[in-house]
This record gives sequence, C-alpha cells and structure tokens, in this order.
Amino acid sequence: MRPWARLLIVFGVVTPLVGFLAYGFTRDPREIPSPLIGRPAPPFTLPLMDGGEMKLEDLRGKVVFLNFWASWCPPCRAEARLLEASWRRHRGEDVVFLGINMQDREEPARAFLREFDITYSNGIDAGNRIAIDYGIWGIPETFFIDRNGRISYKHIGALDAEIIHAKLEEARQGVVSRREGKGDYRSIQ
Amino acid sequence: MTVTIGSLAILLALALAVAGALAPVVAGGRDRPWLPVVGSLSIAGQLVLVTVAGIALGYALVTADFSFLYVANNSSRRTPLYYRVTGLWAALEGSLLLWEWMLVAFAGLAIWWHRERHRELMPWVVAVLSSVSVFFLGVLAFASSPFERLWPVPMDGRGLNPLLEDADMFTHPPLLYAGFVGLTIPYAFAMAALITGRLDEGWIATTRRWIVSAWAFLTLGNLFGGWWSYHVLGWGGYWAWDPVENASFLPWLPATALLHSIQIQERRGMLKVWNLSLIIVAFALTIFGTFLTRSGVLSSVHAFSAGPVGGLFLGFLALVLLGSFALVALRADRLRSQPEMDSMVSRESAFLVTNVVLAAVTFTVFLGTIFPLVAEALTGVKLSVGAPYFSRVTVPLFLLLLFLMGVGPLVAWRKASLDNLKRNFLWPAALSAFAAAGLAALGIREMWPLLAVALSIFVALTIVLDTGRAVRARQGIAGEGMLAALWGLLRRNPRRYGGFVVHLGVVLLVLGITGSMNFSQEKEATLAPGESMGLGRFTVRFEGLRASERPSHSRVEAAFRVFNDRHDLGLLSPALKFFPGRDSPIGRAVLRMGWKEDLYVILSGFSEIKAGQATVKVLVRPLVVWIWVGGAVIIAGVLLALFPLRLRPAQT
Repeated sequence: MRPWARLLIVFGVVTPLVGFLAYGFTRDPREIPSPLIGRPAPPFTLPLMDGGEMKLEDLRGKVVFLNFWASWCPPCRAEARLLEASWRRHRGEDVVFLGINMQDREEPARAFLREFDITYSNGIDAGNRIAIDYGIWGIPETFFIDRNGRISYKHIGALDAEIIHAKLEEARQGVVSRREGKGDYRSIQ
Repeated sequence: MTVTIGSLAILLALALAVAGALAPVVAGGRDRPWLPVVGSLSIAGQLVLVTVAGIALGYALVTADFSFLYVANNSSRRTPLYYRVTGLWAALEGSLLLWEWMLVAFAGLAIWWHRERHRELMPWVVAVLSSVSVFFLGVLAFASSPFERLWPVPMDGRGLNPLLEDADMFTHPPLLYAGFVGLTIPYAFAMAALITGRLDEGWIATTRRWIVSAWAFLTLGNLFGGWWSYHVLGWGGYWAWDPVENASFLPWLPATALLHSIQIQERRGMLKVWNLSLIIVAFALTIFGTFLTRSGVLSSVHAFSAGPVGGLFLGFLALVLLGSFALVALRADRLRSQPEMDSMVSRESAFLVTNVVLAAVTFTVFLGTIFPLVAEALTGVKLSVGAPYFSRVTVPLFLLLLFLMGVGPLVAWRKASLDNLKRNFLWPAALSAFAAAGLAALGIREMWPLLAVALSIFVALTIVLDTGRAVRARQGIAGEGMLAALWGLLRRNPRRYGGFVVHLGVVLLVLGITGSMNFSQEKEATLAPGESMGLGRFTVRFEGLRASERPSHSRVEAAFRVFNDRHDLGLLSPALKFFPGRDSPIGRAVLRMGWKEDLYVILSGFSEIKAGQATVKVLVRPLVVWIWVGGAVIIAGVLLALFPLRLRPAQT
C-alpha cells in the first residue's frame, strides 16, 4: 500500500469519529423530550390560593395555559408580567390561565402574585404531586392543553409574547407541536 | 499579588514549553550541541514555574483568599484544611493545573533518568512532551484559568461540593491523573522514534517501566474510584458504566494489552505497528476521557462544568490522532515485523489473542459510551446505554481473557508441544472442572458465575503448579528450604513472578466482582422504632432517629442494631446530610465489611409526619472485600516486577 493511501485511511477513520464527538456540542444530553406532548394531560385537582379548587377535567372544551412557577425563580419573574398581559388580552375567549406554584413557601408566593398583579387563578402544588405527573425538571415550565384535554405544546424556560399567542391559537385548532420549546432566558450569576 | 504570580508563572512556562517544542525543528533534525541543554532547561523551567503556580493556588485555597474566583467557588470558611488542599483538583481549572504539573514532573523524571541513553531521541521526546504541555498551559492561560479574579471579594465562598468531602479525594483523582499522564511518556518516546525513524527495540524497553507504572496508577485510580462510589455515594455499587467511569477505564484496556504485546516485540521483534498504535490509542483515550468529562457532551454523574474547554480538547484529540497515525502510515515501511507466527499454539499467539480480545473490549466500551451520540446524529433518537449492555457484551470477553491469563504465561514460545500442554494444563483443567461440578452440585447453576469461578481456579492452579515445580527444582539443586527457594525465584525473575502475583490479584478481583454481581440481595422497608427486618443471615432492628448539627451541615442519623443469628454485631448508623443551599440531602451509607459478605445499610428517607419512622434499604453483597484485596495484591505484584528485590535472603 502506498503512503498516501494509508494516510487516506487514517483521515477516513479519524474524521467521522471527531465529527460525531463535535456533533455532541450541538445538543444537550440532559434535555429529554417530554413523552407527554400529544397525550392527554394528567388530571389533577388544584386547591386555589383564593379559595376553592380547580379540576382540570372541568376545563374540557377550553384551552388551558398551565404554568409551573416559584417566587424564587428568576426566569419566572422575567415572564410574569408578560403572562398577566397575555391573560388580560385573551380572558374573554375560551382560554383559562392557571398558575401552579411549587417548591415554594406561601408567603413569598403571595407576595409574588401581588407584585405582578396577577389576576388569573393560582394554586399551590403541595408535595409536588402535579409537578411529578407532568415531569417537571426545572421551572418555569408551561403546558398548553387543547379543548380535548390533550397537551399540544410544552415550553421550558421563560416565554415570549409571540409564542404564547401562536401556541394558544394552535391549541385552539388542535394542532400539536412535535418538539418542546425552550426559552432563552439566562440568569446572570 | 498571588493571582499575578500564578498567571505570570503559567505564561512563562508556556513560553518555555513553546521553546522546547520548537528546538529540534529549529535545529533542522541535526544533532546540535545546544539541543539537550535547551531541552533540559525548558522542562526544568516548566516544572519550576508550574510548581510555583500550583503553590500560589494552594496558598490561596489554604488562606481562603476569595479574591480568586476558583477559591470562592470551591472552598469556604467552613471548609476544613484537608479539603481546602484537595480543592486544588476539585474543579476543572485546578484539576488541569494538577494534570499539567504531573506532566512536567514526569517529563523531568523521564529526561533525568534516560539522559545517557537515546541521545538522538531525547530532543524529540522533549519536543513532544512540551507540545502536550503547550496545549495544557494554553488552556490554563487563556481558556480556563484558575487565576481568575473575583470582584467584589465575597465574604465567604460557596464551599466544596459535599460529595467530594471524602478522604478518597486525596487518592482517586491524583492516582488517575498519574496514570493518564504516565501514558504520555511512552507516547512521547513512540512519536520521537517515528519522527527520527529509529524504530529499533531500544525505546520500547525504556518505556516498559513507564507503561507498567502508568498501568498500576490507572488500576489503583479506578479501584479507589470504585471504593469511593461504594462507600460514599451510597447506592451500594462500585461501578455503573457511567460515561466518565468508562473514560477512566478505557485507557487501562490498551495499556493492559500493551504490557503483554511489548514482550513479544522485545523477544521476537513482532507487532511493531500494533504496539505503536496501542500507545497512541492509550494516550488518545486519556485525552478523550478528559474531553468527555469536561465537555458536557454526554450526560454523566461526574460532569465538570461545561465550557469552551471541551472544544479545545476535541481539537487536541483530533490533532493527536491525525498526526500520530499519519506518522505511523508514513513510516510503515520501516516497521515491518521480522518473523512470522510459527504456530497457533504458542505464547506469541496466546498474547496476540489476548491483545485482540482487549482491543475488542476497548472497542465495545468505547462504542457503548459514544453510542448515544452516534444514534442521535444518525437517527435523531435519544437513548442511553446502561450497565446491562456493558455487562452482557464484556463479561464473555473478560472470561475469555481470564482463560488466556491461565494459558499465556505457561505455554511455550514459538510452538507448544503436546507434552508442554499436558504438563502445565492437564491438572489445573481437570481440577477446576471438578470444582465447577462441585459448585453446580451445591446449587450455583448460572453459567457465567460458574464459568468465572472455574476459570479463576484454573488460573490460580496453573500459577501454583508452575511456581511449585520451580521451587521444587531449586530445592533439589541448591538444597534450599521452600521459602528461601520462593524468595530466590522472585529475585531471579521478578518480571515473571511479579506478573504471576498480579494475575493472582486479578483472580481475586474477578471473584469479588462475580460474587457481588450475581449473588447480592437487597430489601427495602419502612420501620418504626423497635421493628426489625431480616435479609440473608442478618437482622437489623431500628432503634430510632437522631438529628445533629455539624459545622458544614445538619444530619439525621438512624440507628440500626445488627444481629447475625442472634449475635449482636453492634450499631450501624446511616445518615442523610442536609447541606445549606442544596435541595436534596446526601446520603451516608454505612457498611459492615466481612470476608464473606458486606452488609450495606442506606437510609432512604424518614417520615416527619408519622414521627420516628425510617425507610431503609439493606443490601448484602457477597465477596466485595476481595475486590479491594485483589487490588492490593495487584499493586504488590507490580512493585515486585518494577523494583526487583535486591536484598539477599537472610543467611546464617
């Protein structure tokens, strides 16, 4: 075998190997796509902070915007004002916004709602039971549930206005997004 | 001030490393009188400067100087002195500095020891070592510096990751690094031999000790890692085939192959390209391991914080692989092996098969490790490869290796006669088959553990038989006593008998792994005080919970009284440790070790509602202790082979 042929073999073997390893940089191994998208939303009954309770099953026929949050979470803070604004814009329609507070204490949670003047319903997920059913990994995470009670979209991290409106519209029409979305909020350490 | 000294030392060392790397290039491949001088000065200067940088960082850690970002992130006022020191390698930047320091220290040793020999090779050895050093120093200077300032200076640091608060922080990482770095020396010699074209056997003999030492360090590093996992992480296991564990195991495999195949090259002048390739692969795998650990490309329990360093390591890996194998390809004409294999039944072929099997294990472990990447790149499917794959694929291969370990050292060179085979293997084979039948009769019916035990007995018997014969022969000739004869054998042929001792250690290791893999029992229960649960021959009785405050954390301890057939064996108190600023508690498992089995107790949780209840997981893991004993025996064997006993036997 000639030297250049041997060199070619070396390059032929090493290049794809390095390519695969380099490909690793384009993905996040900790991100596991939610198996819940396109499936019926796990049912729950949420005790509301203003009293009373909310049963997910009772919301059949409406589009549900389900947001998991905590008062200590910076991206939750970042999106809070926007969520309230979207709620005010859509509240006349057949849309329900529901906040689920988790891994938090009641006092700061209430302060958070007052601070951002949140008017949609919120409840506390004691013992993280709902969060576990929804496979929450980090907050905020938001689920869009269509009229038939099916999860049509999942978003990790802070939302922006276009996504909220687009995904509410899709949920209304029963369109399911194949991939979950990701907010680009970065906390400054 | 300290920050300035540290950064400056790194930059100066970088300049010296560049000089060392370029010197033979500037000399144009000719032998100049100034070359060795420049080489020695470069390496010595790097060693001094990197030591200064290390001391600067160590000083900052010990004095809790939080104007260092690194110190603030990995230490705190509450951190005890011991862990302030280990903070040197508790995170990415510091561990790279330790790596670099070991590299230049080993390089200094190598150049000092071998200064009289290999005059033509040495400038290139220095150049290759300096090039590797340039890479690490470059990373330390520009991408991931431990001498990053923090402003404003915080009042207190974040503290060490609590999982790293363990005595093994002093053993496992430095030993593993010593093994990784040790493999750089043979690599440098191999590259120098390729560049200069002096591909005779001289350099391989020189590097043998380095390969053996690096191998021993890797073995120890991995075993200490297993020990750490076993007694600190509290899940009852010592090995999980996690990507980063694989990363530290992978270089060990070609290093093991190398230990055997260089003997064939030394004796018969065969396998030159193979040995070079093994050296390159082993070195490349150490870089690959670092890449894996520092890039966050694969999900692992060990991952360091991801950063730009991953990309740099990948680039370096590509450079090493392409450059080294290109050299092999260009020099292939000079690497023709002299004789061909004479017979399939010979020591050469046994060693060769050993090598092929080890290469296969390397490949399967490597493939399993990066398979999630390949799968996602090609099909977009996310998956993870777990212990079942690795166990299923590697266990048969390891058992084949075990068999070869019995055959290889005793079968004759060139061509084994039927007589040679009968003489060495008839009795061990017969006896181990007999033992296997006995075990089967006792109720051990699964094939793999049965085979593992039978082969272990086979290997041990071959060693005992051969050594016994040699001892008898010495006794007959010299009229020595048995111990004196054994001592004499060790002295006369330390490589052979050191190797035997290593093999016996491996046999013990195999028995420990077999026992714990196949015959472990576990049970989990929630107990109220006074209640007990039984597992195997043990009964544990729950005595109650106790909360306490420690300087760095608060903990809840559960006391369990252990009984063994009604004998009171004392208290075991597993705990959950709650660290401020961390969400989930860290468990502290406790174990009671025995020659036959370990009893391992983990506190999984306790109830705050029904006060005083605890959920506990109890494991009985047979024979685990033999893994650690086997490791000690392996190291004893390596020491015998490396440092022949020069003492005379006691004479009257």
